[in-house]
Amino acid sequence: MTQIASSLLLLVVLTDFVVLGTSRMSTCIRAIGVQGLLLAGLPVFLHAEWSVHLVGLALGTAAVKAVALPWFLSWAIREANVRREVEPLVGFVPSLLIGAVMVAGSFAVAPTLPLPVQGGTLLVAVALSNVLTGLVVLTSRLKAVTQVVGYLMLENGIYVFGLTQTQRVPFLLELGVLLDVFVGVFIMGIVVFHINREFDSMSSSHLEELKES
Amino acid sequence: MIVLALILVPAFAALGAYAHRETAFRTGWLVAGAVVHAGLVGAVWAAPPKPVLGGWIAADAMGLIVLSVVSGLFLMAAVYAVGYLRRENPRGGRAFVSCLLAFLAAASLVALSQHLGVLWVGMEATTLSVAPLIYHRQDRRSLEAVWKYLMLSSVGIALALLGVFFLATAQFAAPPGARPLVLADLVRDASRLTPSWLEAAFVFLLAGYGTKMGLAPLHSWKPDTYGEAPSLVGGLMAGVLTSCAFLGVARVFQVLVAAGLVAFAQPLLLTFGIVSLVVAAAFVLGQSDVKRLLAYSSIEHMGLLVLGLGFGGVGAYGTVLHLVNNALAKGLLFLAVGNVVLATGTSLVVEIKGLQRALPASGALLVVGLLAATGSPPFGSFVSEFTILRSAVASGHVVLALVIAGLIVLIFAGMGRSLLRVFHGEPGRTVAAGAEDVWLLAGPAVLAGAVLMLGLYIPEPLGRALSGAAAALGGVSP
Repeated sequence: MTQIASSLLLLVVLTDFVVLGTSRMSTCIRAIGVQGLLLAGLPVFLHAEWSVHLVGLALGTAAVKAVALPWFLSWAIREANVRREVEPLVGFVPSLLIGAVMVAGSFAVAPTLPLPVQGGTLLVAVALSNVLTGLVVLTSRLKAVTQVVGYLMLENGIYVFGLTQTQRVPFLLELGVLLDVFVGVFIMGIVVFHINREFDSMSSSHLEELKES
Repeated sequence: MIVLALILVPAFAALGAYAHRETAFRTGWLVAGAVVHAGLVGAVWAAPPKPVLGGWIAADAMGLIVLSVVSGLFLMAAVYAVGYLRRENPRGGRAFVSCLLAFLAAASLVALSQHLGVLWVGMEATTLSVAPLIYHRQDRRSLEAVWKYLMLSSVGIALALLGVFFLATAQFAAPPGARPLVLADLVRDASRLTPSWLEAAFVFLLAGYGTKMGLAPLHSWKPDTYGEAPSLVGGLMAGVLTSCAFLGVARVFQVLVAAGLVAFAQPLLLTFGIVSLVVAAAFVLGQSDVKRLLAYSSIEHMGLLVLGLGFGGVGAYGTVLHLVNNALAKGLLFLAVGNVVLATGTSLVVEIKGLQRALPASGALLVVGLLAATGSPPFGSFVSEFTILRSAVASGHVVLALVIAGLIVLIFAGMGRSLLRVFHGEPGRTVAAGAEDVWLLAGPAVLAGAVLMLGLYIPEPLGRALSGAAAALGGVSP
């Protein structure tokens, strides 16, 4: 693991906190785009020698995670004319504190999961941090778009962990992951758009007609 | 080659159906795709094909059973769809038929994949192909249902992917020649996998695929989705999708069995199972919507499946048999309820009355389905539930066996109360003319016959496949 790679990983965690702490939807989307860009750099800097496979993976990741998805999300809020605030269920300071606890926990647990890859502990810690903070955003924000951002953070955590497998597991999985993010969020986006048309707002808190009576 | 055709035929049929403008052609594609698929499955039973793509795609005993359930249930649903699309057909049903066929292709991929990454891709594809089907009616309630379904399934599928990565990590310690994530190699080198990563993989895969199965407490999307989806789609979800998701859990359990870590998995499986049964029993009583009732019944049966796996011994055999019975019974019930909904326009218990007279054939099928789904003799589900209970006693969980039996009886009472109230009495609502025709009745009738047959007699090839699957899951045949 190079010095650059570990700096990239720490910056990834920093973008998680930006998402947790911001009140503006556009900052959320920008942060997730930056996170995508950082993740795209990882496969190249993580390994000492470059290969076509790794560069291709980096370019593909950048195209999807740093360009297409943020663009799609900001298109969704512009098109649907959503208000620009995040509407948290849990306040920003408590969310940041919960996030900090999650990240600290991840870094504490990571050394107990041995990984026969150089720099494995940091990768596992960042992966777990992202998965957990993603879950926090997913459950503590009301707007559908912010929930999609949370889901992307979760997926990015899994991607970081998947990086440990690039040497052994062939292409297919990475393609599957990228395609999954793309298609999943694409469809979610369409649904989000329909929610908006149906309710004149993009909050999933309107979705509470179905419950046990 | 034949195993690849099983995945490619429905995939191309989906494209073909989308290209056609005429409804009749599209339903033609649907039924033709289903018939060809069923024929191919028959050929696989007759002559086991060789693995293809480096052993990634193959039909083993467990996969073949799930594949047959998928294909059989889909054929019945396709026949039903001919009648259904004549009556309720917003937007010409163009996306509807294509998504159904894409779903068949994805479910076949899940059943046939021996590579756990490919299995995951198939599972993701089933999730995505079902979403537009739930949103078929395009109203506010189905929008809410599809949003909940997508959100929870996506998180579930993401956790399952993390589980797959953990499994690949566990394989780091295996000999260098091992093919990553291929089931046969995982099982062969099981003793050399890293136990901590393997256990972590099991937890994440159980939680991830458990969300797709609808195990409590990960079930919250299920009543809403089944309640709002068209009945035909609900039947496919309750019969096919849950079986595929269970297969995902069963695959990693196979590795755990080979690695001798069953003791780690058992408490998790038993907890999920019991909680599912308790939740089902609590919400079945006093449930006011027939389709939501079926969702809770599905949660009950998913609980029974993981319980059988947890108890081991003959329980594994019971579980695999129960998978088949549950799929048949759920298909039967959803299609029969679908007829009621088509005729009356509602699935609320208070608004439907007197099916006995208004819709005699569908009403009778509904009662047969009720008996089959609650595990009454002489239906197949009685045999499989009894086998699972026997394994509970045999593994020393006598108290648990009594609790499970009590919960099953409670659920029977709850379901019986609602469904029999619908069956008896004077017809209340006006029933649409021609509400029952042969297209709508053939499917559920065949499924009723099949689940009855499994209670009386299990054909020899199926018996052999059941024993093979049970052995792979670390169990024995009774």
